[in-house]
Amino acid sequence: MTPLLISAHTATTCLGSGLDATLAALRAGRSGLAPCAFESVRLDTWIGEIAGVDAQVLPAHLAAYDCRNNRLAQLGLEADGFADRVRATIARYGKDRVGVFLGTSTSGILQTELAYRRRDPETGALPDDFIYRTTHNSFSLAEFARDYFGLEGPAMAISTACSSSAKVFAAAARLLALGSIDAALVGGVDSLCLTTLYGFASLQLTAPQPCRPYDAARNGISIGEGAAFALLERAPAAPEAGSLLLLGTGESSDAYHMSSPHPEGLGARMAMEAALRSAGLQPEDIDYLNLHGTATPANDAAEGKAVTALFGDRVPCSSTKGATGHTLGAAGAVEAVICALALQHNLLPGSPHTATLDPAIPVDYLLQARQGRVRRALSNSFGFGGSNCSLILGVAA
Amino acid sequence: MNALPLTAWIDGIGFLAPGLPDWPTARAVLRGEQPYVAAPSILPAPAVLPPAERRRASRVVKLTLAIGLEAAAHGGADVATLATVFAASGADGHNCHALCEQLASDDRQISPTRFHNSVHNAAAGYWGIATGAMAPCQVICGFDASFGAGLLDALGQVMVDRQPTLLIAYDSEYPEPLHAKRDTPDCGGVALLLSPERSARSLAAITVTPSRETAEILADGELESLRCDIPALRSLPMLQRLARGEAASVCLDYLPPMQLRVDLQPC
Repeated sequence: MTPLLISAHTATTCLGSGLDATLAALRAGRSGLAPCAFESVRLDTWIGEIAGVDAQVLPAHLAAYDCRNNRLAQLGLEADGFADRVRATIARYGKDRVGVFLGTSTSGILQTELAYRRRDPETGALPDDFIYRTTHNSFSLAEFARDYFGLEGPAMAISTACSSSAKVFAAAARLLALGSIDAALVGGVDSLCLTTLYGFASLQLTAPQPCRPYDAARNGISIGEGAAFALLERAPAAPEAGSLLLLGTGESSDAYHMSSPHPEGLGARMAMEAALRSAGLQPEDIDYLNLHGTATPANDAAEGKAVTALFGDRVPCSSTKGATGHTLGAAGAVEAVICALALQHNLLPGSPHTATLDPAIPVDYLLQARQGRVRRALSNSFGFGGSNCSLILGVAA
Repeated sequence: MNALPLTAWIDGIGFLAPGLPDWPTARAVLRGEQPYVAAPSILPAPAVLPPAERRRASRVVKLTLAIGLEAAAHGGADVATLATVFAASGADGHNCHALCEQLASDDRQISPTRFHNSVHNAAAGYWGIATGAMAPCQVICGFDASFGAGLLDALGQVMVDRQPTLLIAYDSEYPEPLHAKRDTPDCGGVALLLSPERSARSLAAITVTPSRETAEILADGELESLRCDIPALRSLPMLQRLARGEAASVCLDYLPPMQLRVDLQPC
């Protein structure tokens, strides 16, 4: 693909709101995970909850969108002056020339979970104040963002579980390449809800302590929430030195199982190979890998096999889910932004909570953050249903 | 840069809706050769799934396998090689209801199968397991605009990645009490096999451009109800022209104020 300019980006997770807080935490090796005290959930697990989400008040004309997921979307959009960058981009290109491509796995389902506690005892009806379209539905997030900025062009939610907000970069890149749009608001938002907390617990995939990606004793995930966004535009022929670029995208399917990865990591490997092909790069051109690294025994083993097969132990890599938790449908965008920080600050992030590396996975895994030259970074995101996506970001010379 | 026209060849069609169990039936009705007779959607048992999965297959899994396989067979394509774009206004409504009901009860220990079937891409995941396709698989939601969103992304894949891509646009119903909040009446969907090159199988060339016009409606009241009630069937005015083998330019509903003008040139 022709490289695209990432003209603005931002992330909000349990590490904090915005790039400065995220960068400081990554540098310090700080984790934002804490024992689960979300809503009425009683589970022995740690989560990455973001402070202040429910204090967000949506604009009056968008009140129908009010739910935790869209409150988090607004919190995330307003961080780092990102929303103002979006508005300036719209002013430059026009309201119908900026597309919206946002990933989410559960959107505002929490709103429905709460509404089910308030059903009419006689009829079973849901309360009148519950609005399905603008809260629960997967498109609610993308439609909220489109209306937030008064956009009139194409918009879509991509919902492929934990690869959702990586795949938005690929979808936006296609419509940018064809000239259907001049800029794209891409990203992902997922927020805590009972479905994912009790659901991953039912699969025995939630860890009773903070998650430990790639640790020999890893025993499950820590669920997080997050909102991360980027603006994509076609790049000038000679991008300014230091500009952030999207260099390649790769997508594949496991065609194996609904909730377990292909044991050899075949789909994961195909996605990374496709991203390298898309970017016209070789494995040795990559300076840092941000792993999917959920910290379940099966996921890290499968991804580790794929990484070893392609990169050997030559490329420094880490999963940052020990810091942010697994932000599910937001993870692709959160970790793309972490790669952007790695590129801009020559920072190789570490892996808080991971202590003893799994000797069965012979990769160059970073426990602690360190400085190092990063010109190109690859980020992996893999989801339920066997949906895989790898992104390659770079910085212009 | 100027926008390139989004164009591809339609090599195969799959269809299923209330009263219209497959594309040959829908084609005959849309051509006016037989009357539309309202009836609940008939979802065939997916022989292509392993027995354990077949028994558990939900309505959306049956629906997507039926229309996807029909379109691929119509176009003579090997499903294991096809990239796919799934576009749906919602996920499995019955599964969602069961989960929400249990999470509102005193016993929140939900079933792991219910949980993994709750993802918006569940039907896409079962498609991969059934067909062995390891090509990229996209899963989109655009609420009532889902068909248009899926069509845009599928055409993007055909043109940019130069690979045949199967668009599977589908919707299904919620049980009460969610049905009162989202009243999609039944299962329905359309699948289009889109190719970058013309072949002997090609039925028509399709070109899509943005528009601000009013979408075309169907003269038949019952078919028009299907168009309005099932988001994937916003495609019906285009399918009627394909059924009739007519060159045509029709405007389809997408996402106000953006509409899609679809030009069809039969082969």
